[in-house]
Amino acid sequence: MATDHSPVRGSDLDTVAGNGLVHRRMFLMAGTAAAASIASAALPNPAAADALQVEPWMKLPGSGFVGYGQPSKHEDKVVRIWNTAPGTIGTGTSRTPHHLLDGMITPNGLHFERHHSGIPEINPDTHRLLIHGLVKRPLIFTLETLARYPMESRIAFIECAGNGQLLYQKEPAQAGVQQIHGQVSCAEWTGVKLAVLLQEAGVDPKAKWILAEGADAAGMSRSIPMEKVMDDALVALYQNGEHVRPANGYPMRLLLPGYEGNMNVKWLRRIKATESPTMTKDETSKYTITLPDGKSLQFVLPQEGKSVITRPSPGLTMKEPGLYEISGLAWSGYGKINKVEVSADGGKSWAAAALQQPVLPKALTRFRMAWQWNGGPAILQSRATDDTGYVQPTREQMIAKRGTRTIFHSNAITTWSISDKGEVKHVYA
Amino acid sequence: MSTRNSLLIAVSALALISAVAVAADGPNLGRVATPEEIAAWDVSIGPEGVGLPPGSGTPKQGETVYLAKCVACHGEKGAGKPNDQLVGGQGTLPGDKPPVKTVGSFWPYATTIFDYVRRAMPYNESKSLTNDEVYAVVAYILQLNGVVGENDTIDARTLPKVKMPNRDGFVTFARGK
Repeated sequence: MATDHSPVRGSDLDTVAGNGLVHRRMFLMAGTAAAASIASAALPNPAAADALQVEPWMKLPGSGFVGYGQPSKHEDKVVRIWNTAPGTIGTGTSRTPHHLLDGMITPNGLHFERHHSGIPEINPDTHRLLIHGLVKRPLIFTLETLARYPMESRIAFIECAGNGQLLYQKEPAQAGVQQIHGQVSCAEWTGVKLAVLLQEAGVDPKAKWILAEGADAAGMSRSIPMEKVMDDALVALYQNGEHVRPANGYPMRLLLPGYEGNMNVKWLRRIKATESPTMTKDETSKYTITLPDGKSLQFVLPQEGKSVITRPSPGLTMKEPGLYEISGLAWSGYGKINKVEVSADGGKSWAAAALQQPVLPKALTRFRMAWQWNGGPAILQSRATDDTGYVQPTREQMIAKRGTRTIFHSNAITTWSISDKGEVKHVYA
Repeated sequence: MSTRNSLLIAVSALALISAVAVAADGPNLGRVATPEEIAAWDVSIGPEGVGLPPGSGTPKQGETVYLAKCVACHGEKGAGKPNDQLVGGQGTLPGDKPPVKTVGSFWPYATTIFDYVRRAMPYNESKSLTNDEVYAVVAYILQLNGVVGENDTIDARTLPKVKMPNRDGFVTFARGK
């Protein structure tokens, strides 16, 4: 498609990998080149729709104030999608529309959800947090007392351990980034370090675990290693500046940066210090990885290094050849993202993407890559490396190691194919 | 003079002590929980069965509870549909066909069944069963899975001793392995 008349002819210097991956400076050059090319061409009359107008909203005062603002009505497609268990309205998962978002923070109304018995309507005045078990002084906290403690903020992703499970399927699911990878979101969480509360209670050195329990009808509960709790667990009261949303644990939830979503217990009501794991339903029968030999890996706690291209992705059809930005998200439950590489030729060649600042440990990291699409077929992939040196595996590598008898902790490279019509499809490379 | 000095020393010492106390303990705004309060909330049951309440049940009693409260979601005799299958699937964990994970084929601890049923079931009215009913329905599910006999009684003493078929089927994860 690229011809001698193309305004942004890629020179060897600007090419960073095969099939059109180019240096980001091409965005600037494209602007000047395109402007020059338009100036030198005969200017056609703009189509009526394109003609500059003085719009009606420039002639009348706009609408008034509202108590809690909402997105533009033109953005009504930017919503979560969900599945529920048979016979229930609130047990299941909703997914974040990452293909329609940018940046690293997920808006509160679009944060993914996983509920095991719906969203409880909790009265914050009667909600209590009990800390007991192997402690000297068992303590009860109200929301009011917790709010008087020194707070900390932490930008962290939360990812359901089942996110990406469609990649274990034999055939590529005909689905997009929301359906396949929508069970990860990222927010600024603010609250009280659980270590401070546990120190006040006086933890017995014999206590190597805690049990965390929610106040929902399922009494969702998980065991968590004390080491993690003392390191960076937060009793989060705020999410992106406002009180945690009911769907995300109002009035308080546990935040365990990097650990599988299920352990970040919402509607937190009880912490029990214990010698060993309680062996709850979720940490035995559910969130374990069954291997080909029938044995199951238990306590697979941090989420592995991972990335996905969010744009372009299925549902976002490319209109015409030209310069595009490939954009996506990368994250690791073990630390910071060090590098994200992008390929447009199915993994034959790779180029390092730009990482949007800030790059924070255990937070979503936005990456960006310039791409001169020539209008031909392309196979897009991204591959993350975290600061422990861990490199995101291909689907083949993941399945060689884990098999397909599990739905959890899928972190393989996701592949989008672009047709010569610009349609984007999920494929296996 | 000496009184004033000792007072000064005492005051400084006190200030030092309280500063240390504050630094070590934080604001200390929690109220001490009474044993009764804890007992009312502490519903989790670990694999050793500590905290299992008084009461008991048999598979036969459990069948009555099951037919009244569980069969609509979990099917006849725990066969599943529309929700989780509770019975069968033993021997399906390795191999090429998808594993059938049930209480009998997969759950490593019988105490977990008591813990989970008491806190979360029946779905539409959780925490509504009596302890006897929970013991009974646990006994019924275990008996359907061939783990206990028809005439066995399940209570705080017997439940932790039940060895589940997949008890040794779990390996603690270590990264890189």
